[in-house]
Amino acid sequence: MPALARSTHRAPDRDPAWLGRVFWLCAAVVVLWPLAAATEFKPWLLFDARSLGVAGRFLRGFWPPAHSPDFLVLAASEAWRTMAIATAGLTLALLLAVPATLLSTHVLSVSALSGRMARGPFWVRQSVRWALVVLRSVPELVWALVFVRVVGLGPTAGVLAIALTYGGMLGKVYGEILESGEAHVTETLLRNGSSRLQAFLFGLLPQNAAELTSYTVYRWECAIRSSVVLGFVGAGGLGQLLDGSMKMFNGGEVLTILCVFVLLVALADRMSAGLRTSLG
Amino acid sequence: MRRPSTRAANAPYRLPPPLFDARCRACWWTAATLALVLASFWTLDLQWSQFVSLAALRSMGRFIGEFFPPDASPEFLAKVVRGTWETLAMSALGTLLAAGAGVLLAVPASRMHAGDAARLRTPTRLLLNALRAVPELVWAALLLMAAGLGPFAGTLALAVHTSGVLGRLFAESLENAPPGPGAALRAQGVGSARVFLYATLPQVLPQLISYTLYRWENNIRAAAVLGVVGAGGLGQLLAFHMGLFHMGKTATILVAMLVLVAAVDALSYGARRVTTR
Repeated sequence: MPALARSTHRAPDRDPAWLGRVFWLCAAVVVLWPLAAATEFKPWLLFDARSLGVAGRFLRGFWPPAHSPDFLVLAASEAWRTMAIATAGLTLALLLAVPATLLSTHVLSVSALSGRMARGPFWVRQSVRWALVVLRSVPELVWALVFVRVVGLGPTAGVLAIALTYGGMLGKVYGEILESGEAHVTETLLRNGSSRLQAFLFGLLPQNAAELTSYTVYRWECAIRSSVVLGFVGAGGLGQLLDGSMKMFNGGEVLTILCVFVLLVALADRMSAGLRTSLG
Repeated sequence: MRRPSTRAANAPYRLPPPLFDARCRACWWTAATLALVLASFWTLDLQWSQFVSLAALRSMGRFIGEFFPPDASPEFLAKVVRGTWETLAMSALGTLLAAGAGVLLAVPASRMHAGDAARLRTPTRLLLNALRAVPELVWAALLLMAAGLGPFAGTLALAVHTSGVLGRLFAESLENAPPGPGAALRAQGVGSARVFLYATLPQVLPQLISYTLYRWENNIRAAAVLGVVGAGGLGQLLAFHMGLFHMGKTATILVAMLVLVAAVDALSYGARRVTTR
């Protein structure tokens, strides 16, 4: 077959897939154009003389980082406050999440042992679940904005915001963890007349304790990250310090605070990884 | 004389293990956690009286009462819809930019094959970690100086933070790609750029896309609140109207945020069910 042999040796004259390529290029432009318009995407604005001047001055201020002893002590104490806000918030979140989990877990239903769950308990469980979803869906920053209005500036707003959002998250995930495991032990306990709390403490909890603890520790780490962000709306901690330094264009302080923050996050990361591996 | 048997006739009498043992790691962890919690509550000057007293509860009730009725006038609703669209656009464009930057950063950050010296691997990974460690909101506050108020700064902030996250994930999946096809091409003397384009990338592309979609979902949530520092979207509307005590309008914006987040959750849940069936 001479014709075939010749055609395999010669590269095609033009790209065989050109039609598809041109079509997808046009489609991408059509989709991206409104996105770029909506986000006022004008990268050249970054490079005009005025904004370059402002950014350049600010960046030059970054070096040297602020290292006076007073400021370092202040940054360290604010870092501790950030961690304390996260810890206290998570503790309150547990106070909210544990009862909600006990109320909403399907595995602990006595009426569901024989066929369908009765209507009353079903709706109680469902409404607790919806309440958790609402708590979780409002971002913690919005909770913090609301609580700053109610209780004033300071760590209280941050603690409450973390407590509500993380309470919702923990409650939902605890429920999922408890329901994804083997239900056999719990069911046997319930069938033989133990109370729901007994079935939880002796059946469900020992089975899932490691997973529950490890998720809680992971969330504690997340809470530290988000408590820094909460400081930006006035909820205390490193974020508030950072916000203040940024508003005064004090680059050196900003760099020091960012370094302290990265160190804090790395420390929490290490602690939580160590704890989770020791739990197995 | 018969030697006494090493095995006792009865089960040996044992005390139950003591409650505290210096070698019990769990005890130490529990003690440390308790100490941390107590120290946290001790050092924070929490104003409990501000929200558990009767007066505080009444003021909180009044505050919540001000949210009603939410502002549902057509012109304000149009503004909220525009804010929602801006939020979505910020998250989509930010994620897209981050995916591009993530691939560009993931290539130097990964060791493609056993003989690859990968000198840039450690510095690039350090850079990725730094990008990832600083939250979006802090990036937004920093970028506001260069990019000015508005959604552009928010888009850039999302892109910067997410490229750190995606770069790290992409690098992991590039390193874990099956080495066979790449090795075959290299044995034929194909250059590393073409090995990447024709062997490594097609193998990991589905994984990269699913990471990107997952981050997009996260970024929609993040974009909704980025505006609180002035970086556009629903958050900027929220901060503006809350600052002016327009509580009815604030309630409308909060509802829009909830609907947006719930819709994204439902969509991603549905998509995951359809694709993993």
